[in-house]
Amino acid sequence: MAKNQVAVKKKRNINNIAYLFVLPFVIVFLVFNVYPVLRTLYLSFTNYRGFGDAVWSGIDNYIRVLTDKFFWRSLWNTIKMWSLNIVLQLGIAFLLTIVFSDVKYRMRGLGVFRAVFYLPNLISATSVAFLFKTLLDWKYGSFNQMLLSIGIIDEQINWLGSSATAPWVISVIQTWMWFGNSFIMLMAGVQGISRDYFEAAAIDGAGRWTTFGKITLPLIRPIMLYVFITSLIGGLQLFDLPFLINGISGGTAGNPSGTLQTSVMYLYKFGFETNQVGYASAIAYTLFAIILIVSIIQFKTLGREDD
Amino acid sequence: MAKTWYNIKKGALYVALIALGLVCLLPFLMMIVNATRSGVEITRSFTLIPSTHLKENWVALFDYVNLFQGFWNSIKVAVPATILTAYFSAITAYAMAVYKFKGNGLLFKVIVVFMMIPGQLSLIGFYNLCQKLHMVNTYIPLIIPAIAAPGTVFFLRQYVQSALPKALLEAARIDGASEIHIFHKIVLPIMSPGIATMAIGAFIGNWNNYLVPLILLNSPEKMTLPVMISTLNAATDLQKNQGAIYLGVAISVVPILIVFCFCSKYIISSISAGSVKE
Repeated sequence: MAKNQVAVKKKRNINNIAYLFVLPFVIVFLVFNVYPVLRTLYLSFTNYRGFGDAVWSGIDNYIRVLTDKFFWRSLWNTIKMWSLNIVLQLGIAFLLTIVFSDVKYRMRGLGVFRAVFYLPNLISATSVAFLFKTLLDWKYGSFNQMLLSIGIIDEQINWLGSSATAPWVISVIQTWMWFGNSFIMLMAGVQGISRDYFEAAAIDGAGRWTTFGKITLPLIRPIMLYVFITSLIGGLQLFDLPFLINGISGGTAGNPSGTLQTSVMYLYKFGFETNQVGYASAIAYTLFAIILIVSIIQFKTLGREDD
Repeated sequence: MAKTWYNIKKGALYVALIALGLVCLLPFLMMIVNATRSGVEITRSFTLIPSTHLKENWVALFDYVNLFQGFWNSIKVAVPATILTAYFSAITAYAMAVYKFKGNGLLFKVIVVFMMIPGQLSLIGFYNLCQKLHMVNTYIPLIIPAIAAPGTVFFLRQYVQSALPKALLEAARIDGASEIHIFHKIVLPIMSPGIATMAIGAFIGNWNNYLVPLILLNSPEKMTLPVMISTLNAATDLQKNQGAIYLGVAISVVPILIVFCFCSKYIISSISAGSVKE
């Protein structure tokens, strides 16, 4: 009896140390993660301008966001750039997954190809923006030079300076940066499928397309959903690349008629350039609400097919 | 006959894969080649043969901006931040996976929720907090928050659960080892592959971070490499000499390429882990 109590007491002591172990994380998490999110929420209901007191203004900022046609335009720009990007990115990643998981062809070199495809994702957006801005320069860019020398085009194309091409060029650069990432994730999903399924299918005489459609595809659907949602969350926050390309372009190609302005660039403008901090906070939460709603719809539609 | 057809198809697939690989590599190649060419050469024609103007480009670039300062600043931010993320995520994950304590379940739920919250939601509140704490234009808000990395804790918690034999802990306890000693001497070595995976990802993230240093740092001598690179646009002299700009970008990219050459396996496994964990 007494011995048992000692054991229990000792056990409790051991577990108490856990509080000490998680304490630094919890403190920093509360200060730098939880508080800023709540602070942004509070500021979104005030007319705070970056200094002085924050005066409560109710839902004024939200009414302003919802009726601000430039906000909706920036959202439309973002969605436009994201949608082409996600189609290309997932499309390429999906094709690559099919190729590398094919039981008949047994493609080799997965490790090397995976590394090469992922390489563009490692470089900072600043470097990527500068690199492509310089390569795609209207007059002097190497890309136009290359196309001219091959004879595909007769005169230079102002890729980043025209509203007809600039958003799509951003989508393609985003695809270049991210398809390797999606591919690795989808491929990891395929490699996680038990061999038994494939062997059983082979014994039953299933062809490769049947195997792919009936086994691989349903089993990687959760990962596809995950890739899609993370890409949506990231895509609607698109900032670095259009912001930098826009800024760098300066005289030759400045934000062609505002088509490169994304929602987070719009938020940045109010939060850090014109100091309408309260309004910028409301933009942040409106954007979050939109992301949340779209994610829930995605979960519902993509998840339901599992039945 | 069927065999030949099979080989042709397989060959075509390889050609397509190599072409896609080239698309990934070509911009880097153009960048490195153009870093050695003069502005006039670059404007006149396209080639993948290096030229001889590397030194002039170097001088022109460093006349305008001291990239090594930015390099050093980035190291001062990224290295401590990565170490903090690695150590504190490991100890938090270990505690959550091994001990029974009140609030463990709640903590886990909150971590999952915060993994899904987009960064822009905290951006303004974060800057506001830094203002109040007088930490604008310092490295503290770029380093200290690294202690709390919800995604890394999430991953390492699963890692501990699958990789750490509980019997080992019991044996150490019977030998009279203290809990913190057990963590440092037994648990950390076992967790190290998982920690390395997450640390490399954290390092690259810190190294490439642009938006937060952009809003926090306002004096040029404190700028990290990405922010410094982005100031090159103001250099109208350099606009005439694209070779120097290519060189600047190349210098910023090289360290990451070197890290990647040695650690690509870890980096790829961290992404794979990200998708399989759910």
